[in-house]
Amino acid sequence: MGILCCVCFLQEEEKETRTWNSSSGSKMLIPQTRNIGLPIMNLMRFKGLPILQQLHIEEQLLRTSSENWCIINDGTNDPTIVMGVSGKPAELLEIESVLRDQVPVIRRFTGGGTVIVDPGTIFVTYICNKEAIPDLQPYPRPIMSWSSSLYSKVFQGIGDFHLRENDYVFGNHKFGGNAQSITKTKWIHHTSFLWDFDVRNMAYLKLPKRAPAYRSARGHLDFICRLKDYMSRSTFIDKTVEAAGTQFLLRSFELETIENCSETEFRPSTRFLTNEELEAAAVAGQ
Amino acid sequence: MALRMWASSTANALKISCASKPYLSLSRCFSTVLDGLKYAESHEWVKHEGSVATIGITDHAQDHLGEVVFVELPEPGGSVSKGKGFGAVESVKATSDVNSPISGEIVEVNSKLSEAPGLINSSPYEEGWMIKVKPSSSSELESLMGSKEYTKFCEEEDASH
Repeated sequence: MGILCCVCFLQEEEKETRTWNSSSGSKMLIPQTRNIGLPIMNLMRFKGLPILQQLHIEEQLLRTSSENWCIINDGTNDPTIVMGVSGKPAELLEIESVLRDQVPVIRRFTGGGTVIVDPGTIFVTYICNKEAIPDLQPYPRPIMSWSSSLYSKVFQGIGDFHLRENDYVFGNHKFGGNAQSITKTKWIHHTSFLWDFDVRNMAYLKLPKRAPAYRSARGHLDFICRLKDYMSRSTFIDKTVEAAGTQFLLRSFELETIENCSETEFRPSTRFLTNEELEAAAVAGQ
Repeated sequence: MALRMWASSTANALKISCASKPYLSLSRCFSTVLDGLKYAESHEWVKHEGSVATIGITDHAQDHLGEVVFVELPEPGGSVSKGKGFGAVESVKATSDVNSPISGEIVEVNSKLSEAPGLINSSPYEEGWMIKVKPSSSSELESLMGSKEYTKFCEEEDASH
């Protein structure tokens, strides 16, 4: 038993859904119009999966799987702060308020900035082998550019969408934040989309010292916008799947298959910060 | 010499640094490649002097990664294995694994990088060194690319994308 490790190219010319059972569980091809010679990508869809669990799955797949993956999580359950790998709590968070209100804080395995996520956040993640996308150099800027080309299809004709420095914006208002991790053989690019957000939650985050130039020192509420003002959740997710399907042969994958099939004892680095760590950071100013 | 002057003036026009030292191999990709070092396909370099090998990432790598904002390094006394990750660099939105070109014992780590991670961008072959290792196998060093081979490798990699 084990996760299917070989990347195979299938040729289909018709819209078709097929299912089959293997020793590692059941998989289903997703109907697509054109998928001749496309690399396979496993698609996992969740709703309300806790963000820590999502990040653990992603980190394990990045480090131990040889396949391509797309993970979509339609909202997470509880409001949670998620910092990048090198984030310093005292610089990024209003620690006193965070501790008072017992808001969970996670340090994730990818780079990038700090977000507070909740049921209004939609997550889309791509985990790819370096050879999966022809002509794509496995470095931050090309990967960022490739991802924005996918989302350009999603938001075609909607708002003034583009990639601005490293953010997805409508005009000059950010609605999507990106982060990546690049290994010897694979890369991950994940995005948190602000379909909606609670204004009160933004109060837990300080203005970051390192900010994109286009932010122009704007406060959180003047800087970000809501995707819900442009598109419904289901439309966004459907269009994202459709866009991914132009470059990959998507295969629906169930979580239980991952849990049953892991042959490695992988320990993710993504974790909650303890109250003691946050208190110590507040004292030390780090 | 003519090629060096052409490359240097072109690099100036493109605002790319291109030091004019006699031991440089100048490539069409305009990343600096130093003679006398050995190189891995994952864009790390090794400088072997006596019983110690110094390791860092190349100018090609730092240029493609962008501004380095954080460097994760191991502790001295640990070990590295050829081809395996020993640390990471974070460049704005991305962490990228750094892999060791050789196996051995870590004898020193560049502590300056914790306060000045940008040294990897400004001085990838000198002040931006990452770890020093006591190599456990001389054959591993010999299997790495020399400057000419690495220059060609970079050109082919950039041309194929």
